Amino acid sequence: MSKVGIIGDKDSILGFLALGIDIFPAYNAEEVKKAIHKLAEKDYAIIYITEQASLMAKESIAKYKDFELPAIIVIPGVGGSMGLGMNEVRESAKRAIGADILFSE
Amino acid sequence: MARLNVNPTRMEMSRLKQLLKTATRGHKLLKDKLDELMKQFLNIVRENKRLREEAEAALENAYKDFIIARAVLSESVLGESLMIPQQSVAVKVTKKNIMSVNVPVFDFQAEESSGDIYPYGLAFSSGELDSAMLSFSNAMEPLLRLAESEKTAQLLAQEIERTRRRVNALENVMIPNYQETIKYITMKLEENERAGTTRLMKVKDMVLKKALEEKKKREDKGENIS
Repeated sequence: MSKVGIIGDKDSILGFLALGIDIFPAYNAEEVKKAIHKLAEKDYAIIYITEQASLMAKESIAKYKDFELPAIIVIPGVGGSMGLGMNEVRESAKRAIGADILFSE
Repeated sequence: MARLNVNPTRMEMSRLKQLLKTATRGHKLLKDKLDELMKQFLNIVRENKRLREEAEAALENAYKDFIIARAVLSESVLGESLMIPQQSVAVKVTKKNIMSVNVPVFDFQAEESSGDIYPYGLAFSSGELDSAMLSFSNAMEPLLRLAESEKTAQLLAQEIERTRRRVNALENVMIPNYQETIKYITMKLEENERAGTTRLMKVKDMVLKKALEEKKKREDKGENIS
């Protein structure tokens, strides 16, 4: 059994606590990176991370992209979506196809 | 294209021909794999996009409700209410094989100790918090499926990139190199053969000339004697 964790500012992630997801508040680049690596080493299969936090640890997230686990998923924070999550989808499409054909419309 | 640095011998040529055959076959197989991967990927990434839209919408709802709940309740009451979760989420990870790419499949299991999702007594909290919790719990399912689909898309994208690189390397470097080298060896061998033939002809000429001269000499001597 693997666990699910979430990283981000407290306002965004507090609500997930009641669902039984482990929350890890992080406010600066250092904390976010540390949290990501800590969770990846432990038995976390899915790590959600808010868009704001993901901006601070781009390399760390990219590092785990090619591994089977954990799945690091960018979700919008409480401030609303900046479209970064959708950008991830677009990036993987670009990487595979070589052109941005899905979202061109 | 640069040819390989090999000795122009028949042995080397038959070895290279074998390599070329393998490379061509590999190229065809990899190309087929790439086509199929691409087909799968397109479906998955579309699904990924749809799920993301769904999950983000659900999440936005949940945040909205939660902000209201926060506004109504004081920080301490809120913290206390959420402190001890009623359920704990655990995912069972199994693997699925898509075109020899291992992708994770998440099975979502909420272990609830009691039937409801509210981790607090109803006496000190407000109705707003209840509805916030409900929306969060509704957002959970799409978020989980999003995680699965997005990871699958990422892993497939990586595999496609790798396969395409291999196909390109075979198509544009390895196969032309082999062909060039084989051609070079063939030409070299033919050249050697021609050189051999001309040498033989030359030697034959020389031998004939010598024989003729000797015959002539003998005939001259015979004339002198008689």
